[in-house]
Amino acid sequence: MIDGFFDALENIWLNPLRSFLTMLGVIIGVFSVVTLVSIGEGAKKYVNDQFAALGSNVIIVTPGGTRTSGGPPVITDAQHKLTLEDCYALRRCPSVTHVAPIILGAASLKLGGKLRERSTVIGTNYDFQIARSMYVEHGQFLPEGDAAGGRNVCVIGQTVLKDLFPDGRLPLGEWLRINQRPYRIIGIMQHNSFGLGFDINDIVFIPINAAKELFDTDEMFEVVIKVQSAERVKSAIDEVTVMMKRRHDDTLDFTVHDQGQIMEAMGNVLNILTYALGGIAAISLLVGGIGIMNIMLVSVGEKTREIGVRKAVGATRGDILWQFLVESVTISVAGGSIGASVGVLLALALHWAFPKFPVEIKMWTIMVALGFSIGVGVFFGVYPARKAAKLDPIEALRYE
Amino acid sequence: MASDPSTRPDGLPRDGVPAAPVIDIRSLTKRYVLGAEQVVGVDGLNLKIERGEHVAIVGPSGSGKSTLLNLLGCLDTPTSGEYFLDGIATHTLSDADLAFVRNQKIGFIFQSFNLLPRFTAWQNVSLPLAYAGESRGERKRRALAVLDKVGLASRQEHRPSQLSGGERQRVAIARALINSPSMLLADEPTGNLDTKTGAEIVGMFEALNRETGVTVIIVTHDPALAAKCRRMVRIVDGRIVEDRKAA
Repeated sequence: MIDGFFDALENIWLNPLRSFLTMLGVIIGVFSVVTLVSIGEGAKKYVNDQFAALGSNVIIVTPGGTRTSGGPPVITDAQHKLTLEDCYALRRCPSVTHVAPIILGAASLKLGGKLRERSTVIGTNYDFQIARSMYVEHGQFLPEGDAAGGRNVCVIGQTVLKDLFPDGRLPLGEWLRINQRPYRIIGIMQHNSFGLGFDINDIVFIPINAAKELFDTDEMFEVVIKVQSAERVKSAIDEVTVMMKRRHDDTLDFTVHDQGQIMEAMGNVLNILTYALGGIAAISLLVGGIGIMNIMLVSVGEKTREIGVRKAVGATRGDILWQFLVESVTISVAGGSIGASVGVLLALALHWAFPKFPVEIKMWTIMVALGFSIGVGVFFGVYPARKAAKLDPIEALRYE
Repeated sequence: MASDPSTRPDGLPRDGVPAAPVIDIRSLTKRYVLGAEQVVGVDGLNLKIERGEHVAIVGPSGSGKSTLLNLLGCLDTPTSGEYFLDGIATHTLSDADLAFVRNQKIGFIFQSFNLLPRFTAWQNVSLPLAYAGESRGERKRRALAVLDKVGLASRQEHRPSQLSGGERQRVAIARALINSPSMLLADEPTGNLDTKTGAEIVGMFEALNRETGVTVIIVTHDPALAAKCRRMVRIVDGRIVEDRKAA
């Protein structure tokens, strides 16, 4: 077998162009599997990191019951609104440490001569920064004790800051007009790299009571709840559900989301995507295998006389079968190794050239791709090898 | 996947010298189907060749001598009849066992040499040892020894394309000898050589037969070559018409 391996290597070496072209299919196949799966795995890690950056051990209550699986309903069918009073009540749940009510709206911002239409404004409270792990860089966040009423202060995100104050000046203490009403800027948020769907830095935070007035509503968009620890997320969900049902006349017209579940769902979607990409790439591996079979058939034809000689000097059918099988597997594994190396290098190069581009090279990807290329070598090598083994030595020796 | 070299299909130890003739064929018949016709290759042949004989098998083309050669070489199996090679009933053996018999008992020499062009002289010579399960080092050692015996020690690393016709045939003879076979089976061994080189090869067969006692069977239609052999078997239409021993 070792002889067969060296013989195969020598064959590859003696015919470098042909060997390379034969391997090319497998190289491209393995290379695309490794690269695409690395990108898919990178995307998964990226999403996980993004959610982790939004704070861990978080559950979210939204108005409206769950009708089908999936995200929160777009149009709520809630009989009862999710109110600020609900939020105060939820603070009494033993597993809950922080409760941040959210009112979401869009408003025009005006500062001096600058006008910014339809900017995102979030009404919330002091707990938000702890629940969401988003902190101020300069100044302070919204004050504690939102029950005190709508104090006209605001905290702005980095994008808003750069838009309104391109000269890099820190506008702490200045008055920002939101829908014509003046709010004193008391804090500037840290830059947050969350990148799923929207710019989380393009937000103005105002106290919850101010938002109620500004948007003329007493209904919360959602409530973000921070749980003591990961182990208590389940009991927190139970506590919150019981508390809310009691407050809502025993109707389940709200939904409690576990952020972990959302992450899991996203992860599943990305897994399917990764496997689909890998599967498509694996088709080219299959095409590569057909290329190997093609060349192996040519090789068997060329070596007809050699097969005759080998049989005459004592080679069994098994010996001949083995010889050609080792050759095809050597070609496919060589192609697979080159392909995996190129794939890893490209993934690393992508990561190097675009540091934000998520790439995650997993050992199992390389092992699976190499395993597949061995399989391709065996599968597509068997037919030519059997053909060689079955040659009649008399015919083979007579072959010109 | 090479067979175990320590035993033989007949169970005799490797070094045991059987008393039986090298070749003992009884009513050996081979028929082919060619298209709609049945062709008789050899027809009820009986032939005994003893150890150490030097035999020429002659006959016109189409006489069945190639068929006989293939049968003697265990490359083909008879339609009916029996063939004992060194006492082994080869007509009962499986494909893999026949490969083992070819490996251990028979040294083939072909008209067109049939060396593997990718391999050097010593690699070609050592090929049968690979199927006898010998190690790489042992194969090279023995191949070089046999190459020395046929006078090609200086050509061991040459490929067939770098060798003359006579040298190629000597490499082929070395390959045939390497497993110390019971017989050398040569098919028109001088057919692709000029007269002078052919005579050298014939001389080499004679010397090998005389000095090592190896049985040599040469299939040819060259009367000059046949005349050098001590026994001549003539075949016509698949039957032996003459079996003459030189005085």
